[in-house]
Amino acid sequence: MKYWVKKELKPPHGKVYIIKDRCKGCGFCIEFCPQGVLQESEEFNAKGYHPPKLVETDDKKCIGCGFCSLICPEFAIHIEKEEEEKDEKAD
Amino acid sequence: MEIEAKSHPLDRYLRADRIPHIWCPGCGLGTVLNCFLHALEETDIDLKNLAVVSGIGCTGRVAGYINVDSYHTTHGRAVPFATGLKLANPKLKVVVFSGDGDLFAIGGNHFIHAARRNIDMTVICVNNYNYGMTGGQLGPTTPLEARATTAPYGNIEHPFNLCHVAAASGAVYVARWTSLHVRRLKESMKEALNKKGFSFVEIIAPCPTAFGRRNKEPTGLETLKYYKEHSVIKHGIDPAEADIEMGGDIVVGKFVDIEKPTFDEAVHELIKKARK
Ligand SMILES: Cc1ncc(C[n+]2csc(CCOP(=O)(O)OP(=O)(O)O)c2C)c(N)n1
Ligand code: SF4
Ligand code: SF4
Ligand code: SF4
Ligand SMILES: [Mg+2]
Repeated sequence: MKYWVKKELKPPHGKVYIIKDRCKGCGFCIEFCPQGVLQESEEFNAKGYHPPKLVETDDKKCIGCGFCSLICPEFAIHIEKEEEEKDEKAD
Repeated sequence: MEIEAKSHPLDRYLRADRIPHIWCPGCGLGTVLNCFLHALEETDIDLKNLAVVSGIGCTGRVAGYINVDSYHTTHGRAVPFATGLKLANPKLKVVVFSGDGDLFAIGGNHFIHAARRNIDMTVICVNNYNYGMTGGQLGPTTPLEARATTAPYGNIEHPFNLCHVAAASGAVYVARWTSLHVRRLKESMKEALNKKGFSFVEIIAPCPTAFGRRNKEPTGLETLKYYKEHSVIKHGIDPAEADIEMGGDIVVGKFVDIEKPTFDEAVHELIKKARK
């Protein structure tokens, strides 16, 4: 029983992929990520914009919701939902 | 840490040599195309059987970016071109993707009669309240009092409410979203694509360069924040009650979803009958 409870509580997670040179710096992904894990980076891309970067903390992580990948006008960001991690077998 | 990538999973739907597209930073058009490609990916439409038709304008450029049979027609003529395609080859899935000016100013008559005849096609209209491509003239959807290059003191022409026009003309599916409602928009596009008959999806989207700049929303981000504050979802309401006003709420949702025989079915029935 304990095993299942533990598994269901595990939050989903996503891997964020960014094609930096496509970004035009609109800020949509940064502003509307429900987890607030995207930030403007300091680096310049080929077009002179600051592409986003992922900033996760202990309590704020990408949940793989895919919002950023749907709203990006430049096809510059996409995500891969992480496989559910296997729980250590509870005894 | 994010991972640096070189390509995007939707690249196979795009003419890669034409990306990056020419749309301005903060323009809503890229988002709408993105949602459309996601919607296509989630339907079982055979891409070999799909034709996308655009008219002229910034929105009209969609035809040049999407990697399926696509046609960039003359200004205002996307709907008649699409009608011809559908009647000549009834098996085709035909989508018209164009702007408010192209579809409702110069192309307005074509739109209402295709809806009236219930021709089996999906029309996706990006409404950015103006003629973006030619520098921000007012058009048939510019809200009252909004400023445009040809309305420097504010617009005095009553605008069309596009969903009301579509519903009154006979469309069997009518929905409106903003370019911030990406998930609902994608779902609505899927419904429209799967609908038999004349389906219409309007997307309110920012044009920061030609419209926003003159109307206190110089960036796309500010316009999206406005949508967040002012959008109200009202499924099933009479679209006549969903007029758009400067500074007011934007009513979004699915307004119409009905069944009706299509023109193409009727015409092919008639041909069979006449040949007997
Ligand atoms: C016959 C003709 N008349 C006028 C024009 C100029 N023109 C080009 S695009 C456009 C309006 C486009 O507005 P809309 O459809 O709203 O597209 P947007 O650029 O806003 O996406 C006009 C009037 C033209 N190309 N052809
Ligand atoms: S997938 Fe969702 S949570 Fe993850 S970065 Fe994108 S918007 Fe944020
Ligand atoms: S939405 Fe896309 S273009 Fe806009 S800032 Fe994010 S990655 Fe850049
Ligand atoms: S002029 Fe307006 S509609 Fe055209 S690409 Fe620029 S922001 Fe988009
Ligand atoms: Mg327009």
